[in-house]
Amino acid sequence: MLILSRKVNEKIMIGEDVSVSIIEIRGDQVRIGVEAPKTVKVFRREVFDAIKAENRAAAESAPVFPDLDFGAKREPL
Amino acid sequence: MRVLSKAYGALDVDERQKITFPQGLFGFETIRDYVLLDAERQPFYWLQSVEVEQIAFVIINPFLFRPDYELDIDDNLLKDIGIDSPEKALIFSVVTLPENGPMTANLQGPLVINRDTRIGKQGILSDQRWKTKHDIMQELSQAKGMER
Repeated sequence: MLILSRKVNEKIMIGEDVSVSIIEIRGDQVRIGVEAPKTVKVFRREVFDAIKAENRAAAESAPVFPDLDFGAKREPL
Repeated sequence: MRVLSKAYGALDVDERQKITFPQGLFGFETIRDYVLLDAERQPFYWLQSVEVEQIAFVIINPFLFRPDYELDIDDNLLKDIGIDSPEKALIFSVVTLPENGPMTANLQGPLVINRDTRIGKQGILSDQRWKTKHDIMQELSQAKGMER
Protein backbone atom coordinates (compact mmCIF):
# COMPACT_ATOMS: atom_id res chain seq x y z
CA MET A 1 0.00 0.00 0.00
CA LEU A 2 1.30 3.41 -0.93
CA ILE A 3 0.79 6.05 1.71
CA LEU A 4 1.42 9.68 0.90
CA SER A 5 0.51 13.11 2.22
CA ARG A 6 -1.36 15.74 0.26
CA LYS A 7 -2.56 19.24 1.03
CA VAL A 8 -5.82 20.85 -0.02
CA ASN A 9 -5.96 21.38 -3.79
CA GLU A 10 -3.16 18.89 -4.41
CA LYS A 11 -3.80 15.85 -6.58
CA ILE A 12 -2.83 12.24 -7.01
CA MET A 13 -2.70 10.60 -10.42
CA ILE A 14 -3.59 6.92 -10.68
CA GLY A 15 -2.33 5.80 -14.04
CA GLU A 16 -2.77 8.42 -16.75
CA ASP A 17 -6.52 8.77 -16.64
CA VAL A 18 -7.54 8.95 -13.02
CA SER A 19 -6.95 12.00 -10.89
CA VAL A 20 -7.91 12.36 -7.25
CA SER A 21 -7.92 15.79 -5.64
CA ILE A 22 -8.31 16.87 -2.04
CA ILE A 23 -10.99 19.56 -2.15
CA GLU A 24 -11.58 20.37 1.48
CA ILE A 25 -10.59 19.13 4.93
CA ARG A 26 -12.91 19.88 7.80
CA GLY A 27 -12.34 18.07 11.11
CA ASP A 28 -12.36 14.35 10.40
CA GLN A 29 -14.05 14.75 7.02
CA VAL A 30 -12.25 15.02 3.73
CA ARG A 31 -13.96 16.00 0.49
CA ILE A 32 -12.39 14.30 -2.45
CA GLY A 33 -12.83 14.92 -6.14
CA VAL A 34 -12.32 12.04 -8.54
CA GLU A 35 -11.89 12.55 -12.25
CA ALA A 36 -11.93 9.29 -14.19
CA PRO A 37 -13.05 7.98 -17.57
CA LYS A 38 -16.58 6.64 -17.68
CA THR A 39 -15.25 3.09 -17.91
CA VAL A 40 -13.78 3.37 -14.41
CA LYS A 41 -16.36 2.78 -11.70
CA VAL A 42 -15.99 4.96 -8.63
CA PHE A 43 -18.04 4.20 -5.56
CA ARG A 44 -17.83 4.33 -1.80
CA ARG A 45 -16.42 1.20 -0.21
CA GLU A 46 -19.63 0.91 1.89
CA VAL A 47 -21.61 0.27 -1.29
CA PHE A 48 -19.47 -2.74 -2.09
CA ASP A 49 -19.75 -4.01 1.50
CA ALA A 50 -23.52 -3.52 1.47
CA ILE A 51 -23.91 -5.63 -1.68
CA LYS A 52 -21.75 -8.38 -0.16
CA ALA A 53 -23.82 -8.34 3.03
CA GLU A 54 -27.06 -8.39 1.04
CA ASN A 55 -25.89 -11.40 -1.00
CA ARG A 56 -25.17 -13.23 2.27
CA ALA A 57 -28.60 -12.33 3.64
CA ALA A 58 -30.22 -13.45 0.38
CA ALA A 59 -28.40 -16.80 0.54
CA GLU A 60 -29.89 -17.36 4.00
CA SER A 61 -33.41 -16.58 2.82
CA ALA A 62 -36.13 -18.86 4.03
CA PRO A 63 -37.41 -20.29 0.75
CA VAL A 64 -41.02 -19.54 1.55
CA PHE A 65 -42.62 -17.50 -1.16
CA PRO A 66 -45.41 -15.10 -0.31
CA ASP A 67 -48.58 -15.18 -2.31
CA LEU A 68 -48.50 -12.37 -4.76
CA ASP A 69 -49.94 -11.40 -8.03
CA PHE A 70 -47.54 -9.85 -10.45
CA GLY A 71 -49.98 -10.12 -13.29
CA ALA A 72 -46.97 -11.28 -15.24
CA LYS A 73 -45.93 -14.70 -16.35
CA ARG A 74 -42.40 -15.89 -16.25
CA GLU A 75 -41.14 -15.38 -19.75
CA PRO A 76 -39.10 -18.05 -21.45
CA LEU A 77 -35.48 -16.88 -21.52
CA MET B 1 -26.65 -32.97 -15.49
CA ARG B 2 -27.37 -33.98 -11.89
CA VAL B 3 -27.67 -31.10 -9.41
CA LEU B 4 -28.44 -31.13 -5.70
CA SER B 5 -30.69 -28.17 -5.07
CA LYS B 6 -31.64 -26.36 -1.89
CA ALA B 7 -35.28 -26.13 -2.91
CA TYR B 8 -35.96 -29.45 -4.60
CA GLY B 9 -33.20 -31.90 -3.63
CA ALA B 10 -31.64 -33.93 -6.47
CA LEU B 11 -32.64 -32.80 -9.96
CA ASP B 12 -31.82 -33.56 -13.55
CA VAL B 13 -31.03 -30.23 -15.14
CA ASP B 14 -30.58 -29.40 -18.79
CA GLU B 15 -27.13 -28.05 -19.71
CA ARG B 16 -28.85 -25.05 -21.23
CA GLN B 17 -29.92 -23.92 -17.76
CA LYS B 18 -26.28 -23.41 -16.75
CA ILE B 19 -25.08 -19.92 -15.92
CA THR B 20 -21.46 -19.19 -15.14
CA PHE B 21 -20.24 -16.27 -13.07
CA PRO B 22 -16.44 -16.43 -13.61
CA GLN B 23 -15.91 -14.07 -10.68
CA GLY B 24 -18.74 -15.39 -8.54
CA LEU B 25 -21.08 -13.04 -6.71
CA PHE B 26 -19.74 -10.56 -4.16
CA GLY B 27 -19.05 -12.49 -0.97
CA PHE B 28 -19.32 -15.77 -2.93
CA GLU B 29 -16.33 -15.35 -5.21
CA THR B 30 -15.42 -19.05 -5.33
CA ILE B 31 -18.88 -20.24 -6.37
CA ARG B 32 -18.98 -19.84 -10.13
CA ASP B 33 -21.26 -22.43 -11.67
CA TYR B 34 -25.00 -22.14 -11.28
CA VAL B 35 -28.19 -23.36 -12.86
CA LEU B 36 -31.35 -21.34 -13.31
CA LEU B 37 -34.45 -23.11 -11.98
CA ASP B 38 -38.08 -22.07 -11.88
CA ALA B 39 -39.05 -21.22 -8.33
CA GLU B 40 -42.17 -22.60 -6.68
CA ARG B 41 -43.94 -19.38 -7.51
CA GLN B 42 -43.79 -17.13 -10.50
CA PRO B 43 -42.15 -14.85 -11.36
CA PHE B 44 -39.22 -15.99 -9.21
CA TYR B 45 -36.29 -18.16 -10.18
CA TRP B 46 -33.63 -19.96 -8.21
CA LEU B 47 -30.01 -19.38 -9.04
CA GLN B 48 -28.69 -22.66 -7.66
CA SER B 49 -25.01 -23.44 -7.20
CA VAL B 50 -24.00 -26.60 -9.03
CA GLU B 51 -21.31 -27.45 -6.48
CA VAL B 52 -22.85 -26.46 -3.16
CA GLU B 53 -26.40 -27.55 -2.49
CA GLN B 54 -26.99 -24.97 0.24
CA ILE B 55 -25.98 -22.00 -1.92
CA ALA B 56 -28.96 -20.75 -3.87
CA PHE B 57 -30.37 -17.31 -4.51
CA VAL B 58 -33.91 -16.29 -5.30
CA ILE B 59 -33.83 -13.89 -8.24
CA ILE B 60 -36.41 -11.81 -10.09
CA ASN B 61 -36.72 -9.63 -13.15
CA PRO B 62 -36.59 -6.18 -11.50
CA PHE B 63 -38.54 -4.46 -14.27
CA LEU B 64 -41.67 -6.34 -13.15
CA PHE B 65 -41.98 -4.21 -10.04
CA ARG B 66 -39.84 -1.22 -11.05
CA PRO B 67 -40.71 -0.32 -14.64
CA ASP B 68 -38.57 2.80 -14.11
CA TYR B 69 -35.43 0.82 -13.23
CA GLU B 70 -32.38 2.01 -15.13
CA LEU B 71 -28.92 0.52 -15.15
CA ASP B 72 -25.85 2.44 -16.11
CA ILE B 73 -23.51 -0.52 -16.27
CA ASP B 74 -19.90 0.20 -16.91
CA ASP B 75 -18.45 -0.80 -20.25
CA ASN B 76 -15.70 -2.96 -18.75
CA LEU B 77 -18.26 -5.22 -17.11
CA LEU B 78 -20.14 -5.64 -20.36
CA LYS B 79 -16.91 -6.33 -22.22
CA ASP B 80 -15.95 -8.94 -19.58
CA ILE B 81 -19.03 -10.98 -20.36
CA GLY B 82 -19.04 -10.26 -24.08
CA ILE B 83 -22.13 -8.07 -24.31
CA ASP B 84 -22.03 -5.57 -27.16
CA SER B 85 -25.68 -4.61 -27.33
CA PRO B 86 -28.33 -4.13 -24.62
CA GLU B 87 -30.62 -6.81 -26.08
CA LYS B 88 -28.02 -9.41 -25.22
CA ALA B 89 -28.26 -8.68 -21.50
CA LEU B 90 -30.48 -10.54 -19.11
CA ILE B 91 -30.96 -8.60 -15.89
CA PHE B 92 -31.89 -10.08 -12.54
CA SER B 93 -32.04 -8.80 -8.98
CA VAL B 94 -31.19 -10.92 -5.97
CA VAL B 95 -34.11 -11.30 -3.57
CA THR B 96 -33.92 -11.53 0.21
CA LEU B 97 -36.80 -13.24 2.00
CA PRO B 98 -36.24 -12.58 5.70
CA GLU B 99 -38.15 -14.50 8.35
CA ASN B 100 -39.61 -11.28 9.63
CA GLY B 101 -40.07 -8.30 7.41
CA PRO B 102 -40.78 -7.66 3.78
CA MET B 103 -39.29 -9.43 0.81
CA THR B 104 -36.69 -7.15 -0.76
CA ALA B 105 -34.71 -7.00 -3.96
CA ASN B 106 -31.19 -5.69 -4.42
CA LEU B 107 -31.30 -3.16 -7.24
CA GLN B 108 -27.86 -1.77 -6.48
CA GLY B 109 -26.02 -4.99 -7.31
CA PRO B 110 -27.78 -6.40 -10.40
CA LEU B 111 -26.85 -9.67 -12.04
CA VAL B 112 -26.05 -9.09 -15.69
CA ILE B 113 -26.02 -12.20 -17.87
CA ASN B 114 -25.09 -12.63 -21.52
CA ARG B 115 -28.19 -14.17 -23.06
CA ASP B 116 -26.19 -16.12 -25.65
CA THR B 117 -23.21 -17.44 -23.68
CA ARG B 118 -24.90 -17.55 -20.24
CA ILE B 119 -21.91 -15.90 -18.66
CA GLY B 120 -22.72 -13.36 -15.99
CA LYS B 121 -21.36 -10.88 -13.54
CA GLN B 122 -22.69 -8.89 -10.62
CA GLY B 123 -22.49 -5.16 -11.15
CA ILE B 124 -22.48 -2.23 -8.77
CA LEU B 125 -24.57 0.79 -9.69
CA SER B 126 -23.47 4.20 -8.50
CA ASP B 127 -26.88 5.82 -9.06
CA GLN B 128 -28.08 6.51 -5.53
CA ARG B 129 -31.70 5.78 -6.41
CA TRP B 130 -30.93 2.07 -6.35
CA LYS B 131 -30.45 0.44 -2.95
CA THR B 132 -29.71 -3.04 -1.69
CA LYS B 133 -33.20 -3.37 -0.19
CA HIS B 134 -36.27 -2.47 -2.24
CA ASP B 135 -39.59 -3.63 -0.81
CA ILE B 136 -40.95 -5.62 -3.77
CA MET B 137 -44.61 -5.68 -2.70
CA GLN B 138 -44.73 -1.99 -1.91
CA GLU B 139 -43.03 -0.91 -5.12
CA LEU B 140 -45.17 -3.29 -7.15
CA SER B 141 -48.34 -1.71 -5.81
CA GLN B 142 -46.92 1.74 -6.53
CA ALA B 143 -46.15 0.69 -10.09
CA LYS B 144 -49.66 -0.67 -10.53
CA GLY B 145 -51.09 2.57 -9.14
CA MET B 146 -49.20 4.54 -11.76
CA GLU B 147 -50.66 2.44 -14.54
CA ARG B 148 -54.21 3.38 -13.60
